[in-house]
Amino acid sequence: MNLRRDVFQAIADPTRRAILLLVASQSMTAGAIAANFDTARPTVSKHLQILTECELLEQKQNGREIYYLINAKKMKAVADFIEPFRKMWDDRFNKLEAVMKKYQPKK
Amino acid sequence: MELKTKINAEDGKQELDITREFDLPLDLLFKAFTEPEIIEQWMGTKVLKLENKKHGSYQFETTDPKGNKHGFNGTIHEFNPNQRITRTFEMENTPFSVQLEFLEFEQLSEDRSKLNMHVVYKSAALRDEVLQLPFAKGINMAHDRIQNILSKPA
Repeated sequence: MNLRRDVFQAIADPTRRAILLLVASQSMTAGAIAANFDTARPTVSKHLQILTECELLEQKQNGREIYYLINAKKMKAVADFIEPFRKMWDDRFNKLEAVMKKYQPKK
Repeated sequence: MELKTKINAEDGKQELDITREFDLPLDLLFKAFTEPEIIEQWMGTKVLKLENKKHGSYQFETTDPKGNKHGFNGTIHEFNPNQRITRTFEMENTPFSVQLEFLEFEQLSEDRSKLNMHVVYKSAALRDEVLQLPFAKGINMAHDRIQNILSKPA
């Protein structure tokens, strides 16, 4: 549970969400990522560190450069987190639909 | 299987949207939220009180498999037939604060309709806790099942 909670805290920050969106399309170096933000480079590094610690980002060495890429499996786990809540409402609404289809309006 | 219900919960916000399209005419969909005996069927709850009007209030009660009773209640702020219900929702005897719900009903065609529930929580953290309830419940149920299996005499 705690690990998941951390992941949610990680993606609660708008800059970190923007980083995930950027890296989702292609793996990038820290420098290339930072170039997209007005924030100071160390701040971006800190965000990258948090995202990496939460395993939402992975690092890959390519020659002398370190590239960041998205951990699709972890991202899916985050997306799945909301699923039981959605399933609960979906079950209720399915029932509602079934009940009302049988409903005979008193005319 | 694709779920018909969509949840839009942006990160870090204290609100969310639950959207669903129904194979039902608008008036039937709306009726499902106003007739106590129908609510009881699809919500799986007992309706102790329901006043479908501005300044009205409602009280629901569910009984869990262990026989414990859980109360829910709220006040109705807006009641426009086939259009809108604005109400509060509170889980009694829980640390969860009251939430505000905007239910918008919309006709899509003769026999199709849509519901959008916009729910506002006291804080973003509280919203995430409520979102996690069914998830936590699922985990607890899994634990209970494992416990039952383990505690059964061989």
